[in-house]
Amino acid sequence: MIKSIRITPMLYIIFLMLPLYWLLTMALKTNTEILSGFSLWPKEPTLANFKTILTDASWYSGYINSTIYVVLNTIISISVALPAAYAFSRYRFMGDKHLFFWLLSNRMAPPAVFVLPFFQLYSSIGLFDTHIAVALAHCLFNVPLAVWILEGFMSGVPKEIDETAQIDGYSFGSFFVRIFMPLIGSGIGVAAFFCFMFSWVELLIARTLTSVDAKPIAAVMTRTVSASGLDWGVLAAAGVLTIVPGAIVIWFVRNHIAKGFALGRV
Amino acid sequence: MQRKVNQKAWFLVLPVFLLVAFSAVIPLMTVVNYSVQDSFGNNEFFWVGSEWFVEILNSDRFHDALGRQLLFSGIILAIEIPLGIWVALSMPRRGWGASVCLVLMALPLLIPWNVVGTIWQIFARADIGLLGHTLAAMGIDYNYTQSSLSAWITVIVMDVWHWTSLVVLLCYAGLCSIPDAYYQAAKIDGASRWAVFRYIQLPKMQRVLLIAVLLRFMDSFMIYTEPFVVTGGGPGNATTFLSIDLVKMAIGQFDLGPAAAFSLVYFLIVLLLSWVFYTVMTARDGAEA
Amino acid sequence: MDLAWMGWTPFTATFFSVIACLLVVMMVWEKLSPGGAPRFGMLRFETTRGDRLFVTLLSSAFIHLGWLFFGGTDLWWALGLSVLYALAVFRWV
Repeated sequence: MIKSIRITPMLYIIFLMLPLYWLLTMALKTNTEILSGFSLWPKEPTLANFKTILTDASWYSGYINSTIYVVLNTIISISVALPAAYAFSRYRFMGDKHLFFWLLSNRMAPPAVFVLPFFQLYSSIGLFDTHIAVALAHCLFNVPLAVWILEGFMSGVPKEIDETAQIDGYSFGSFFVRIFMPLIGSGIGVAAFFCFMFSWVELLIARTLTSVDAKPIAAVMTRTVSASGLDWGVLAAAGVLTIVPGAIVIWFVRNHIAKGFALGRV
Repeated sequence: MQRKVNQKAWFLVLPVFLLVAFSAVIPLMTVVNYSVQDSFGNNEFFWVGSEWFVEILNSDRFHDALGRQLLFSGIILAIEIPLGIWVALSMPRRGWGASVCLVLMALPLLIPWNVVGTIWQIFARADIGLLGHTLAAMGIDYNYTQSSLSAWITVIVMDVWHWTSLVVLLCYAGLCSIPDAYYQAAKIDGASRWAVFRYIQLPKMQRVLLIAVLLRFMDSFMIYTEPFVVTGGGPGNATTFLSIDLVKMAIGQFDLGPAAAFSLVYFLIVLLLSWVFYTVMTARDGAEA
Repeated sequence: MDLAWMGWTPFTATFFSVIACLLVVMMVWEKLSPGGAPRFGMLRFETTRGDRLFVTLLSSAFIHLGWLFFGGTDLWWALGLSVLYALAVFRWV
């Protein structure tokens, strides 16, 4: 009985892993091997494709650019979201419900709607093709996400702690930094992870707001496809390298990952 | 938890308010401005009134894209929600097996969206892909760059691959919150497998399922990157969904006016849907509390 | 800062000013009688003043779009319809 039940998740995981396996084998094959014939595993495994990426500036600068704006975005999002999430979880104030919904609606809004005005906006203030432009633009969906996730975690902390700290004579600032933030440490970690992730996976806005100096790896990949369209091995290797950061961190957030994807509402 | 009324809390929210206003309100105002004007570049604008709206609302191009979009989102939900529930129900609840399942299943969710496209491009091509090659060897005529049916199947299977895990994770989180005592009571009563699902598991999952439906619907409604990378909206316009069409219009052809009108109609639909979901969600929470 | 790229027109400027004024009015109203007068209306869920305003604005947008879709040209009629609708919402929802 038990054994037969477990077949479903196994089949599902095999379905998930097959395309990933294929990406990895492609990354380990030479281009001639990919195009010359069909084989289930690399006959002569090679790391040449990875070497190309790590030595060619047009490739690895893409990773550096992506990392810079993603980190900037995560720092901005978390630092503005922390006090706001505290306000939403502890107080009622004029328009709080509507503000909360407005934030949600920005998470739901299609980035395609914002692409054109973003392009005009950041061009006009002279930030086009800079890392900070992409970081600010990604705040559109990451700040609401961070507020929602953090609010979910903060609501789990009993209010008595705030009151006790107040009686003990802590100022709000020192209470927040010294007592409250350590209490929701895992929440901050999870929110940061999700901001990082959603900024890392986004292509449309990042591609539109950059051309050369801040071009993200995602854009480098799509442009290579349209230009030459043939170097499958290097493309696959680039793909593998973009998965690595997520794959490394995923173990640490596995218990909170549902909460993160559900905007803190689980 | 009762929250105190405190208008000073606005100061805590102010940074978020200003930041999101900067990246949401200013662009939206710009879109509204553009939607009633024509432009030939150089920031020169001409008043056209509601012309673009009339054009967009009555254009086949918009209707077709909207139709494809609704069909796509409908199919996605019809596959991913039941599949996700089914996988979540059969997952191990605890031990190392559960952790391994969670990590492996969450992996597709963390892959950059254009890489998801690349993965499926490589996987489904008839000449170099495992799937395409296998299908070709079985004598099935499958080519996603030529046939719209193949393209649709590819895009749908890709989305199922990419996002079903989200439904699984949410349902799993819901299931984990059911105390063992419930199952023991059901066992004593001799409840059938179906009865356990219908009267214990489904009610506990309702809340997370609502979130899952909301997120899957909204995210599939704005899907851009994955089909763009795999099919580029083709063959023909077969997989040109709303976002792909809009970006083509806005960035490709730089038709500011029509693109802005398109954006507004699109945005209003999304706003309406989010509001309905949000209201249902909060009304349910209120009823439970 | 150069705002030419935003392409402001008198019409859209008026439109956003009206929205802003509505928000200010809502704030003043809230100040005068706090709580937002929550009630269960026709839609069978609790709404406050702010919810009713949002429902009105969103529906008005769709009324205007619908008017254009069904071949109406003069949007003043759609606006009139929206005002009537707004009164109905504030009375019954």
